[in-house]
Amino acid sequence: MPSIRKPLIPLAPHPTNALGLTVRDYEGAMSTLCAGCGHDSITAALVQTFFELDTPPEMIAKLSGIGCSSKTPTYFVSGAHGFNSVHGRMPPIVTGANAANRNNLYIGISGDGDSLSIGTGHFVHAIRKNVNMVYIIENNGVYGLTKGQFSPTADVGSTTKRGVPNEVPPIDPVELALSLGASFVARSFSGDKKQLIPILKAAIEHHGFAMIDVISPCIQFNNHQGSTKSYKYIREHELNEIDSVFLRSSSQIMAELPTDSRVSVTMHDGSLIAFRTLPENYDPRNRTAAMNYIHEAKAKGEVPTGLLYVESEQPDIHDLNRTTSKPLINLPLEKLCPGKKELDRFQESFV
Amino acid sequence: MKPTDINNPNFFHNVVDCQWACPAHTNVPEYIRLIAQGRYDDAYMVNRVSNVFPGILGRTCDRPCEPACRRSRVDGTPVAICRLKRVASDLKGDITERLPKAPETKNGKRIACIGAGPASLTVANDLLPLGYEVVIFESSPKPGGLMRSNIPSFRLPEEVLDFEIDAIVSLGAEMRYETEVTSMKELISGGFDAVFVGSGAPRGKDLDIEGRRAGGESRIHIGIDWLQSVAFGHIAEIGKRVLVIGVGNTAMDCCRTARRLGGKDVKIMARRPREYFKASPWELEDAEEEGVEIIVNHAPKRFIIEENHLVGMEFEILKWNEGATRSEVLDTVIIPCDDVILAIGQENAFTWIERDSGIEFGKWDMPMVDEVTMESTLPGVYFGGDAAFGPKNIIWAVAHGHEAATSIHNHCHGIPINDRPPVGMTLTSQKMGLSEWSYHNDYNPSPRQQMNHIELSRRFANLSLEVELGFSAEQTAREVERCLNCDIQPVFRTQLCIECDACIDVCPAECLTITEDREDELDLRRYLTAPAENLDEPLYVSTKLAQTGRIMIKDENICVHCGLCAERCPTAAWNMEKFVLQLSYAGTSNKKGK
Repeated sequence: MPSIRKPLIPLAPHPTNALGLTVRDYEGAMSTLCAGCGHDSITAALVQTFFELDTPPEMIAKLSGIGCSSKTPTYFVSGAHGFNSVHGRMPPIVTGANAANRNNLYIGISGDGDSLSIGTGHFVHAIRKNVNMVYIIENNGVYGLTKGQFSPTADVGSTTKRGVPNEVPPIDPVELALSLGASFVARSFSGDKKQLIPILKAAIEHHGFAMIDVISPCIQFNNHQGSTKSYKYIREHELNEIDSVFLRSSSQIMAELPTDSRVSVTMHDGSLIAFRTLPENYDPRNRTAAMNYIHEAKAKGEVPTGLLYVESEQPDIHDLNRTTSKPLINLPLEKLCPGKKELDRFQESFV
Repeated sequence: MKPTDINNPNFFHNVVDCQWACPAHTNVPEYIRLIAQGRYDDAYMVNRVSNVFPGILGRTCDRPCEPACRRSRVDGTPVAICRLKRVASDLKGDITERLPKAPETKNGKRIACIGAGPASLTVANDLLPLGYEVVIFESSPKPGGLMRSNIPSFRLPEEVLDFEIDAIVSLGAEMRYETEVTSMKELISGGFDAVFVGSGAPRGKDLDIEGRRAGGESRIHIGIDWLQSVAFGHIAEIGKRVLVIGVGNTAMDCCRTARRLGGKDVKIMARRPREYFKASPWELEDAEEEGVEIIVNHAPKRFIIEENHLVGMEFEILKWNEGATRSEVLDTVIIPCDDVILAIGQENAFTWIERDSGIEFGKWDMPMVDEVTMESTLPGVYFGGDAAFGPKNIIWAVAHGHEAATSIHNHCHGIPINDRPPVGMTLTSQKMGLSEWSYHNDYNPSPRQQMNHIELSRRFANLSLEVELGFSAEQTAREVERCLNCDIQPVFRTQLCIECDACIDVCPAECLTITEDREDELDLRRYLTAPAENLDEPLYVSTKLAQTGRIMIKDENICVHCGLCAERCPTAAWNMEKFVLQLSYAGTSNKKGK
């Protein structure tokens, strides 16, 4: 617990965004996580992303389950909506909120335990339904809050702090999401904001379920010699071949397009993701290629990162259910709740 | 980029802006913290080590520390450092036991000091405890130099002056009052091992224009001489209408003194616009508050004398170009008056130094003095204070005195003059617990506290009534918390860093960056978390980091020393450590490492 709140410095030259807000306006309470926790860097990346995208704080809904990761929504955008759900139940809460108000930006923050152990069922169904949200897994391979037991993402051979190796094979959230048909799949590293921020921007603009697995070292229990999710291990084994930039929809977009752009993907709202570097014969729009690439890299003991797969035209939950285009709160009461007469008429239709 | 050499005390010293700017390098943040803890005696002693006269300087210092203060870059106004210094002096208890003592056995060296002002007194302060015999020659009947004669007692009470001077004189200085030194050659042959000239710039500049010597001389005064006559009780009144010519602090002292001696209509007459005044802004404000009228763009043309009486002065009304470098005369005007006080500057006068004594004189007939050692071209003769480089202020005189004392000590012991004792430093961790520091690390948004003044109606009753009342306990408590503790500094240990970014994310001033190394500093400054635009603040550059080979950069400019970087650092690669500059004085061992 820090001794003080982050002070406001009157003459600090903070630039403002299109809304007239400074980056400090997107901050939340002081983090109570351990000093050096990767999760805090992800929080900082989110703050920077919202600032740069001029996101109105009141349009953001941040939701989480239980765990170290799930504490972090408190630490960004104090002015946003928030919901801290039961362990592993963040995806159905987002699904409900999204059904009611499709205009909000839903940021789900979860951990490797919350998403891949107790909450796996909800996680896979949110992917299946293509709920329009950003789903961040702050993945450190251990249960930090309960003193560092292995989580479902711990690699075989990775050890506890005291040296006991893990023998149970892991679930890889990236492979899981790809196999379930997720429309946006990325992996990043908390220690690399240069990569993470453009991915977050693209994920926010993506229409549908955007899953980002962010490897986020647990400084207390999983940053040691035997760990495969330490700062050092990731820096030594990261396969960082995919470099993408996010370009917002505007008439200027073609002018901003990097000349070395290899592949570009147009988003639902007209924004663009330009891939500047890609592995040979790799197409981020090809699910099979992505799955093969990840398999091969893993076999060599490498951790591939970047925006691995994106499909911008996949129908989301509202498209699939043909729901109203307006948030429910914007519907007049007589439309939202047409009354007993309409209900009777509706039920009659089943007779 | 070349990594910063943090073993050089200058790097961390430069971060403590106030201490760096102070000619005597007073450890300002340390004494402010001591005041915050109510340890006024300790605060006074920390001050005294470097600046010798905390009570006097707490009222009269020119405050080079305040414009430098980091707080002005953070919220626009500096910490009231000078006022706080006075608090330590006003509230201290009996500190006589802690003052330096002179040994009974002397070292057999005799030093002559010319003038009993701050420079000479500092030399005596440094040398007497080492066993030197110090003889001080003073032309007036009391010690203090311009501190006594030129600064009116409503700004500097006599008892404060007496206490701090007595602390030095009572070490056994041999005082020869009312003794004018008339020959340097004679003095040197008088059996002294070294001579220190701290005789000030005692001659006020005159204004030789029409009418200056036409019968009205008794009502035309030279500012510093007039102030001295007032200080020693020779002058007790002045006419109702007074014109003060000049725009420096002496002019302000003259007009405020004139208001107390019967002057009703007192005007400051200035050639140039107000922004070119030399007086400290606060002294100008104090003068105006006391009803002194400031008239700009008026150049003296002649004194008007009728029947051997001064009746007024004629001025040219000027119009200046932008930058006030050229003027044209628009008109002339006659302003009637009873007295004129000339406060247009001071000059040195070394009529008593024979030009064949071995002391060479340079430009403007000033002695050639080494800026570090204070030595003249004649080994064994040293200059300091206003006598060395022309009028400066008290704190410079003290700084010169310390350096000259070191030189004299070297000279008397056969040590080469340029073999200065080394300046050292200590760095001490301030970590007290997981999120706990030995100092108050939170940023306090209080505005600068305003000094309380005695009511205007009571001010003129008594010439010696001090106008500034000092800070109240509440004001002191608020003002000390404005200090950013610049001496408690984030120190980076490269080998411990795991590049987790926690420090960068938490820094409220966005002053930290981990980035790829770049050759060109100006280029690098653009690519930091927040661009480092203040080129006066050096960057703190680490060696290459272990995992990625990048470098850690700290831009010192608006760091508030809150310690959050160190608090959020999991490996204590960043740690808050107190920097203490180990200044050297006469007698400090010259051997490095001791």
